[in-house]
Amino acid sequence: MSGDLNPVYAVLGAPLVSAALLALAPGRHQILAARLNALASLVTLAAGASLFFVRPAATRLIFIDDFNIYLVVLTAFVGFTTSLFSAGYIRHELETGRLDPAKLRFYHAMYQAFLFTMLLALVANNLGVMWVAVEGATLTTALMISLYRTRESIEAAWKYFILCGVGIALALFGTILMYLSAQSVMGSGLEAMAWASIIHQASRFDPAILNLAFVFLLVGYGTKVGLAPLHAWLPDAHAEGPTPISAVLSGLLLNVALYAVLRFKMLLAANAAALAPGPMMVTMGLSSLLLAAFMLYRRRDIKRLFAYSSIEHMGIITFAFGMGGPLANFAGLLHMTMHSLVKSGIFFAVGHIAQVKGTQRIAEIRGLTASHPALGWGFLIAVVAIAGLPPLGIFVSEFLVVTSTMARVPWLALPLVVGLLVAFGALILRLQGVAFGTPSPQPYKPVGANLTPLWAHLGLVLVAGLHLPGPLVQWFQTVARLLG
Amino acid sequence: MGNLSYDVAHLLGTSVLVLSFALLFQRRILGVLNIFALQAAVLAAAAAWQGFTQDAPHLYITAAIALAFKAIIIPLALRHIAFRFQIHRTVETVLGIGLTMIAGVCLVGLAIVLVLPLTRQSMLMTRDDLALALSIVLIGLLMMITRRNALTQVVGFMSLENGLILAAVGVVGMPLVVEMSVAFSVMVAFIIFGIFFFHIRDRFDTLDLQSLETFRGERQ
Repeated sequence: MSGDLNPVYAVLGAPLVSAALLALAPGRHQILAARLNALASLVTLAAGASLFFVRPAATRLIFIDDFNIYLVVLTAFVGFTTSLFSAGYIRHELETGRLDPAKLRFYHAMYQAFLFTMLLALVANNLGVMWVAVEGATLTTALMISLYRTRESIEAAWKYFILCGVGIALALFGTILMYLSAQSVMGSGLEAMAWASIIHQASRFDPAILNLAFVFLLVGYGTKVGLAPLHAWLPDAHAEGPTPISAVLSGLLLNVALYAVLRFKMLLAANAAALAPGPMMVTMGLSSLLLAAFMLYRRRDIKRLFAYSSIEHMGIITFAFGMGGPLANFAGLLHMTMHSLVKSGIFFAVGHIAQVKGTQRIAEIRGLTASHPALGWGFLIAVVAIAGLPPLGIFVSEFLVVTSTMARVPWLALPLVVGLLVAFGALILRLQGVAFGTPSPQPYKPVGANLTPLWAHLGLVLVAGLHLPGPLVQWFQTVARLLG
Repeated sequence: MGNLSYDVAHLLGTSVLVLSFALLFQRRILGVLNIFALQAAVLAAAAAWQGFTQDAPHLYITAAIALAFKAIIIPLALRHIAFRFQIHRTVETVLGIGLTMIAGVCLVGLAIVLVLPLTRQSMLMTRDDLALALSIVLIGLLMMITRRNALTQVVGFMSLENGLILAAVGVVGMPLVVEMSVAFSVMVAFIIFGIFFFHIRDRFDTLDLQSLETFRGERQ
């Protein structure tokens, strides 16, 4: 190793140091703290982007490869835009007295700590470190979900803790089994837990123990992905916490948990005698998609509605990766990116909507395009995007998932398309009144913050839908091959 | 020496499992807390024994954490809370005690069946350890499912975690065991003292989760 500063340390250091600073800083100036939060996220993003130019060598605990670099940059980007949205959001919460400075100080420190744990989980070159990071992410988000201290938010945090606590406990058991199988081939020590080395040895592992480990890991990390039937925590956690947290939960945390599952899937794919992980993932993905699609019809709370939509989309992504093969993996990667951008964008819009209307109940939010044109139309475009209409990016990725399924296992395409159409119908049915309809009678209140983060996300999704840049396509293809 | 070390490890692991069953049939919260403290102490002994036989000093740290934190501090804190809320008398169960015990026995059977396919020679020793640990994990889950009270659910979660630590110390040369046990302890501590007891105490006068479950968000 050369004496150069490893840029990964900057990626991890920026959020860690700012978490400590924000925790120690005096609590009175929370508007300033929100700006610091955004600045720290920008530094993290810049450090993440620098990884494109300098690819550091793998160390014993940290590594960067084609797969995780894209998620690191996506995480840093959404973390940054969410921190911008968060600044406007918390100013409103301060003014209305829903949150006090002491709670906000805690919130800002936890936000950066959360980013740190997510990035650590992505760059960890070690099964154990990754597990500790995902566990830390659970802890920080559980604390942020209960921030409002209402009865509902405490129940949501409790449910989240119980379900995800059990989930990560099972994942730890799977991790121990995975180490056991590596250790009997490679000997004891850190080497037998490092992704970069075990992937080359995986073909020699005992398939029986590999299978058992994967089942535990899929159920464990799958709980955090929000796959049915382990999704019960997700709607409550999204609905009751502060909206910026809903945005990062949907846009980032679910991806990171899925990333963990995919890493283990790569190990199983490298071992010919191990059981094929595909059918399990296809089943869980399809059941999440169908369950969430039908559940969408009964939602009355707007944040809960989009939480179910996240379950639906994580189902589609898991399905795509379960199908495997270059095309379906490509579609899965693209869908992961598009869903992150669109869903966090939607939560930005929903956060502003809930603030100007003073409610999260869909029935009481009416005619936004008339009362708040910019917000209303931005929201509408985002909903069109998440529903999978052209010309936005999600249309492209869903189209690819469907066609690749059609080509390989035609009968599986039927439930997939049914799920997509049912979800589409539900979104249009529930939300047309929100966008159009006669404006609801609440007194007019202007949007207190700018909508740049929302437009930035929508712009990227539109560009991806019209024309994917060549280098991005090539790169997704490389990763898709890597995933097997 | 090889046999003795294996036998002692086995004895300690089995004791942890027996104490898991004891947790299932306790009808009083204070009994649950005492049994849990004992289980954590036995776990600490098991970790220390593994540290001795594997010549791995870092396992003594795991043992110390288990002893100090889970066998002493947490039970004392929970005991304090139980008295404060006047819930030290009975454990509210969803299933009858007898049924729960039968389910527990079935889970042990399941754990053995699951690890049976591991037949490679080098793993025969660890296989028994894994079956024990998995049984403890599953019984912890069962306890979380069949108890209504938040406090006993936390105890269920921690006994599940004891099973995981037992598995981790049993695997020779497993790195990061200390980090993992610290991560778990921090999580439990934060959850117990951060979210849960302070805030629920502010809002409600009970730890019975049924009173929390009136809210579903949809049927308003």
